[in-house]
Amino acid sequence: MKPATDAIAARTTLDDQALLTHELSRIAGQLAPGATAVVDMTRLSGGASQETWAFRAVGGSAVDVGLILRRAPGGWRQADGAAGLETEAAVIRAAGAGGVPVPEVIHVLAPEDGVGRGFITRRVEGETIARKILRDAEFAQARTFLAEQCGGILAHIAKVDVAALPPLRLSPARQQLDDLLRRWRGMNLHKPVFELAFRWLAERCPPDPAQPVLVHGDFRNGNLIIGPDGVRAVLDWEIAHLGDPMEDLAWICVNSWRFGALDKPAGGFGSREQLFAGYEKAGGRKVDPQQVRFWEALGSLRWGIACTGMIDTFRSGLDAGVERAMIARRASETEIDLLNLIAPRA
Amino acid sequence: MQDEPTPQELLTAVAGWLRNELMPVAPADKVFHVRVAANAIDLALRQLAQAGQGDAAERGRLVALLGQDGDLATLNGALAAGIASGAVNADDPAVIDHLYAATLEKLAVDQPAYAAYRRAAGLEGGKARG
Repeated sequence: MKPATDAIAARTTLDDQALLTHELSRIAGQLAPGATAVVDMTRLSGGASQETWAFRAVGGSAVDVGLILRRAPGGWRQADGAAGLETEAAVIRAAGAGGVPVPEVIHVLAPEDGVGRGFITRRVEGETIARKILRDAEFAQARTFLAEQCGGILAHIAKVDVAALPPLRLSPARQQLDDLLRRWRGMNLHKPVFELAFRWLAERCPPDPAQPVLVHGDFRNGNLIIGPDGVRAVLDWEIAHLGDPMEDLAWICVNSWRFGALDKPAGGFGSREQLFAGYEKAGGRKVDPQQVRFWEALGSLRWGIACTGMIDTFRSGLDAGVERAMIARRASETEIDLLNLIAPRA
Repeated sequence: MQDEPTPQELLTAVAGWLRNELMPVAPADKVFHVRVAANAIDLALRQLAQAGQGDAAERGRLVALLGQDGDLATLNGALAAGIASGAVNADDPAVIDHLYAATLEKLAVDQPAYAAYRRAAGLEGGKARG
């Protein structure tokens, strides 16, 4: 990033910080009983699709509540394909009512709040960094049951009453595959491994589900707040949709999220068998491992195409940062993962 | 003829300076980016060191598989199109062998610490990542 751009970004963050602190202090009492102000407004991430801010609602000596704001970038912009922040808040509430561990939604921003679109949740303490969860001693006990627990959570997600959800896009396998192929053709690049994957997937595409269920869409390390006691909250419901529950079971097995633990396909902490057993035990339907394998390959291919797409983002100057360029050079990781899934060697 | 140090020596020095001098004193929110920058230089150095050897091997295999000649981009385009249309039998072990070989050649430059690469290339043991 050029220094001038850096300065603008820093100034914008400061302006936003002051604005958010000022406006949210006006409604502090709604965010935590007895609170009179919000303090320590800190930008946690500046994703292209959402901003995340951490802050505290305080009042007197007794009130001090940690909160998280998820907001459209700059307050208003919204990425294509995202469900929308008000919708996301409603999905989180429905999932919570269905027994899924989620951060409690305290407030959905209204126009009169004056800070854009978004919602505020209670802050859940814990770890999201995969390398720590997979290696640190304090999570050793949790690692023995995380896969089964994740299976159980995914069963609860799949069982959320669809009638209780806001309208969500329906996204079954065939449509995802067609959309991805269209995107890939639009890039006009030649990768024989991706072509092999598209062929393999087309031959195995499961039929549209008779009863589409809630699918989180990005259930993996990084989006799970984990403590020594296990999963405390499932975050980032931004791309939740209706579809095939096997999609979520597969996405957490995609090798990119195992962080080197090749032989522990479920998130790098457990086996597929543990994950599936947890799912079935919690009332999920019988798992078809071949369909999960389809979705795992589709997930790897989607991530590989997303990495490849960074070439354009980088070259167009939209984000000319080194990080962006280096993500483009990770597409080959998904190519070996795809070969291992499609044509495994003994 | 250009004078020395060579581009490789210059880039190696820059990567070392980023890691050893800048990273320890960089502001907390820039440490990650310094590391990424050093990694990018390492990647470019691996590609320079390879000096087209992998490309030559890949081209040789593609000529044999496809029965046509051309530059690497053209041949890869022909293989991709052939797999997509079914004109190339994607179940043919020779095709799969080639795809593994080409992918490992890429990863040796892109991400040699990626665990799935190290296993597929028979390099397990030692430091792995990813």
